[in-house]
Amino acid sequence: MSDEEDDLILDELSDEELVLQMHDDLYDGMADEIYEAVNILLKRDWVPYDVLTKALVEGMRIVGIDFRDGILFVPEVLLAAGAMKRGMKILKPLLIESGAPQLGKMVIGTVKGDIHDIGKNLVAMMMEGAGFEVIDLGINNPVEDYIDALKRENADILGMSALLTTTMPYMKIVIDTMIEQGIRDDYIVLVGGAPLNEEFGKAIGSDAYCRDAAVAVETAKEFMARKHNQL
Amino acid sequence: MQTLIIACGALAREVLALIKLNDWQHMELTCLPADLHLRPEKIPDAVERAVEAARSKYEQIFVAYADCGTGGLLAARCEKLGVKMISGPHCYSFFDGNETFAERGEVTSFFLTDFLARQFDAFVWKPMGLDKHPELRDMYFGNYEKLVYLAQTEDASLTVAAEAAAHKLGLAFERRFTAYGDLETALIC
Repeated sequence: MSDEEDDLILDELSDEELVLQMHDDLYDGMADEIYEAVNILLKRDWVPYDVLTKALVEGMRIVGIDFRDGILFVPEVLLAAGAMKRGMKILKPLLIESGAPQLGKMVIGTVKGDIHDIGKNLVAMMMEGAGFEVIDLGINNPVEDYIDALKRENADILGMSALLTTTMPYMKIVIDTMIEQGIRDDYIVLVGGAPLNEEFGKAIGSDAYCRDAAVAVETAKEFMARKHNQL
Repeated sequence: MQTLIIACGALAREVLALIKLNDWQHMELTCLPADLHLRPEKIPDAVERAVEAARSKYEQIFVAYADCGTGGLLAARCEKLGVKMISGPHCYSFFDGNETFAERGEVTSFFLTDFLARQFDAFVWKPMGLDKHPELRDMYFGNYEKLVYLAQTEDASLTVAAEAAAHKLGLAFERRFTAYGDLETALIC
């Protein structure tokens, strides 16, 4: 980064420039700058929902594209997520206060035997950012935990994540149990994780395989819109 | 019958040691880069290229890879090519013994082999960006409880290296001597 950029004073940028700068800062994982910029936009009377969607979520969407295309790698995505998290910390209470739109409710967790939660955490954060309520079950979830939470929370979406080829078949056990209990079609089932692919997602009976957090958000929105159209 | 072993580079020392130990004069070894494990989806194509390149020169070819994160794709490719491979999900499992490893069900353990103890920085620490951003460590390893070093050989310096790796990752340490586990039986077959 050049000295000129180091000297950038965020508060002197126009709204449009500042939002673009935030996309760059998210890309570079600069948490302090994101924290400062979120506060500047709020001071300029931006509503929290717009700060979240136009600056943070859009910035992470760009990060997601470059991750997919092999330009960014996991460490960079984690740094970007850390920066977004810093911004979310300010926005979350304000979003609740301001009654930002809720698009639906998702129960999410990694499957039994799998403790790798980086992808799951990214999806949860992006879903929250996009306006979904997220019930995060954490790691290593047996089928009962998923089904109990779906019923208890009256959720719309089930999200399952696995990083290991040895644990991903467990997703089918969960879906088969939902079928046995006659509740499979009550929920949208999204699956993801590094070793999965679209073919696997179809074979186990999920609604969709989501290759990254941004795709998960778009897919969830699409399925929720279809669900509303059916009502 | 001349046999070619096409192995993951992470198994080179172990396969050579077994060839020497058993005096398997009919076996030759060629290796693919160990860092293919960072992109397991590339393993089946790399193996296929190596098999096709060697097919005319050897009577038998054996692929010294387990599933290694390919989600069954490598097994399908080997079947198509008509070559055998090692059963099991990965080298941690076949060194420990596939059955034993599955029974243990150590979900919260992170494993090192001799190769990974020796190459911890090159294959774990740096590819994860921890050399530049050590603050990411707990995002990667926060759910693990211990590092289990599956030792193929009695080498005190590797035990020291593995223990240092455990310390770096903030995990408890356990050393388990496995020798070559199911690797030896797979090569005999």
